[in-house]
Amino acid sequence: MDFETVIGLEVHLQLNTATKIFCACRNDFGLPANTCVCPVCLGLPGTLPVLNRMVLRSGMKVGLALNCTINTFVKFDRKNYYYPDLPKGYQISQFDFPIAKKGFLDFITGGQEKRIGITRAHMEEDAGKLIHDDAVNATLVDYNRTGTPLIEIVSEPELRSAQEAYDYLSALKLTLQYLNVSDCDMEKGSLRCDANVSIRPKGEEKLGTRTELKNMNSFSAVKRAIEHEAERQARLVFSGGSVVQQTLLWNEEKSVTVPMRSKEQAHDYRYFPEPDLVPFTLTEAAIAAVRGELPELPFVRLRRMVAQYGIMDYDAIILVSDRAFADFFEAAALTGVDVKSLVNWMNGPLMKELKERRCRVTDLKLKPLDLAALVRRVNDGTISNLAAKDILADIVDSGKDVDLVIREQGLAQVSDEDELGKIVDDILKEHPQVVEQIRSGKANAAGFLVGQAMKRMQGKANPKILNEFIQRRVMHV
Amino acid sequence: MDLFALTAHQIMELIASGATSPVEVAAAVRARISAVNDRTNAFIRTYQESPVGASPMPIPIGIKDNICVKGRLVTCASRILKDFCPPYDAAVIEKIRAVGGVILGSLNMDEFAFGSSSETSAYGIVRNPWDLERVPGGSSGGSAAAVAAGEAVWALGSDTGGSIRQPASFCGVVGLKPTYGRVSRYGLIAFGSSLDQIGPITKDVTDCARLLNIIAGFDRRDSTSVDLPVPDYALSLRRDVKGLRIGIPKEYFIAGIQPEVQAAVMAAVAFFRKEGAIIKDISLPHTEYAVATYYIAATAEASSNLARFDGVEFGLRAVPEKSRKAGIVDMYEETRARGFGDEAKRRIMLGTYVLSAGYYDAYYLRALKARTLIKNDLDKAFVDCDIILSPTAPTTAFRIGEKASDPLAMYLSDIFTIPANLAGVPALSLPCGFDSAGLPIGLQLMAAPFAEEKIFSTAFAYEQAHGWHTKRARLDL
Repeated sequence: MDFETVIGLEVHLQLNTATKIFCACRNDFGLPANTCVCPVCLGLPGTLPVLNRMVLRSGMKVGLALNCTINTFVKFDRKNYYYPDLPKGYQISQFDFPIAKKGFLDFITGGQEKRIGITRAHMEEDAGKLIHDDAVNATLVDYNRTGTPLIEIVSEPELRSAQEAYDYLSALKLTLQYLNVSDCDMEKGSLRCDANVSIRPKGEEKLGTRTELKNMNSFSAVKRAIEHEAERQARLVFSGGSVVQQTLLWNEEKSVTVPMRSKEQAHDYRYFPEPDLVPFTLTEAAIAAVRGELPELPFVRLRRMVAQYGIMDYDAIILVSDRAFADFFEAAALTGVDVKSLVNWMNGPLMKELKERRCRVTDLKLKPLDLAALVRRVNDGTISNLAAKDILADIVDSGKDVDLVIREQGLAQVSDEDELGKIVDDILKEHPQVVEQIRSGKANAAGFLVGQAMKRMQGKANPKILNEFIQRRVMHV
Repeated sequence: MDLFALTAHQIMELIASGATSPVEVAAAVRARISAVNDRTNAFIRTYQESPVGASPMPIPIGIKDNICVKGRLVTCASRILKDFCPPYDAAVIEKIRAVGGVILGSLNMDEFAFGSSSETSAYGIVRNPWDLERVPGGSSGGSAAAVAAGEAVWALGSDTGGSIRQPASFCGVVGLKPTYGRVSRYGLIAFGSSLDQIGPITKDVTDCARLLNIIAGFDRRDSTSVDLPVPDYALSLRRDVKGLRIGIPKEYFIAGIQPEVQAAVMAAVAFFRKEGAIIKDISLPHTEYAVATYYIAATAEASSNLARFDGVEFGLRAVPEKSRKAGIVDMYEETRARGFGDEAKRRIMLGTYVLSAGYYDAYYLRALKARTLIKNDLDKAFVDCDIILSPTAPTTAFRIGEKASDPLAMYLSDIFTIPANLAGVPALSLPCGFDSAGLPIGLQLMAAPFAEEKIFSTAFAYEQAHGWHTKRARLDL
């Protein structure tokens, strides 16, 4: 029997708003423990939440970008449970009226387009962090993270493989990065992902019993955890057992899933409407205003760029993988420089420089016009490819004018025949036997002479012109 | 004339004429507290604050022990908060301070405002100044008793289901529950967030209007506070009730009501008729569901609001001598078992139950629907009436211990006050006579949302024609 894996993902996104979701505390990471707190986010008795309107805006942005319907009725609920990192004993979340519902995300997986349904996206507050301190043998609580705004994005169970889940996550992350609503950094915890996994015989409509996977710290960990879990479930079923609905924690070191204690799973969250936040209604105009702020989203941009510039899917995917990188490309392309050369320089040498520096293109001094100028100088033969790479390495950091660098460093290729003539004549005199070989029909022997001449000119000769020149001199002198 | 026995407006006149000073007034009130508080137990603790120079309203005020005062102990009369000092002032405290109010101390109450008799306090029962063997009502029993006994010129209470009005009625003083949203709840330790309002407890209607003017107004820290201008309520203290439409709800004159209470209220009706008011018999058909609705809605919210008292961040922390379960669960259970009194536990359990999976629809959801019906009753009535008149409570003050072992009988003492909270409308209790035992009887006036002015003008007309408010409890004898 062939099994099919069915996966739905729940993604928690920490928003990058300036302040927290229900108070005026800075929404910041990495500060000393319990320094970024106030009576409201500490849940002190008598305090009340007030919704940060920028969180609402981000929620609407995410919803619209994921092609969702925005719930015009904005309402919050309390999710009740006890945990030491949750100061109020309840989390303010959205239950029956999520800010966004019924959307989809298009992306490319296995070379094909795929559309995955988005069930819902809702706003909620993050909890604090527990830190076990061995020195005092106690668990300490850091409340800095308490009240950090979150958006939870729930997909339909429409993903069919670990790789698809990986590609969906990558596409989702890219979309969210385009919206500039979050750092989307899984290592820092600003993006977290839980996976619901089940298997069923191929062709079966009914969903199998699912397990929930938690504690994955990277997209590849999500992929490995799903692969592992799908195999575990398949082995279980083949051996006559059945899958038990439970929550499993991914153990990265051992590459296994471990069940959570059953007590921690038996939750009745007793959701009810948050009485401290009055529900309100969004106007269509307010929704339209947020829609108007949306950037062109990556998948749409990919399709447009392929059509507009006549570039390959493969290249376009790399270009749109960072909004600033694609912006850079399009700004450079506006100068009318040859687009195919430009793409090669973007995705090749420039990308290499970025990787070496571990930075984004906007961190460089290099401007789109500079790269366009560089590509143009290569194409018009002024400089060699090799020299151009050196120039690029220089100007990414210095931001100097391309032509200035060419002049200062004397990198322009020598095409002047008088100057070349003198040097070539010297070389020919020094290597009469090679000249004879060429004359007797061994044309490749000229390469040696080109190399010698190039060496003497410290690489500044235009190799094409030099080669032609040598051929001519040998045959006609 | 004893300064402690005067109203705030009388004291302000004496200060203006130079006959006394804020310092003298504060001293007189403190002397009174020293003399009689061991009999009333109205104050849990007192502070020695001095009046600030020339301030607009340097009146000594008592604060219910569930309103946060920066740097002072605030305990909700509960063991679980015995060491809690809020690092911030409630919005109403800021406003009191802004006019130079002298905060006398914290007033006793039912634990977490759960009760109608002030017998559930961890700091001992409060006694009614009119008869020390009787309860002062609750939950703001300390506030009403203090004002009645001259231990405070005026006081703040909170009202979730009658907790200002019923004790005002039992103690022969004036108490107002403002429109929901009229007074900021920021800094009020929540019981039922959608029902709670802070309000004045005073010796007469004039003081009530003045104190409301001090504490009312929009506060952006409380999303449920309403951004409407606050009128000068003193201007509504006119005696003209000609043409005023007063509704008498038949459901409020039920079997079991104390005959003397009914007689006093009907005498008030006769008075208004004589003065030219239009008396209308009305029906509020869903009144019979009010108590049940209230005890579901209020306890549901309370069970969640009190979840933060878990021993982690503030308040009592207790661990059992012998470990029973995981450390944190042990701590939660022991802390809450020792920290909360019986009534608090009863309400937390009730509230948790009605929100639980499988019971939510049958209880909480139905209560929400019933609440809407009760609100509709009142909305409809206020189309044809300016004021709805009724007794505040079915009886005068009952004996200490009389209902302590019968929660249901206790809950029914709030039957006339609860609808105003469920509907969010303003309601005031003022003295309207005494029963044969010499105990005060209270008259309740309700009006449409934000129609406090109508209540004040009606109450003022009655008060000035009768003079019940000039009678003082004779504690000294």
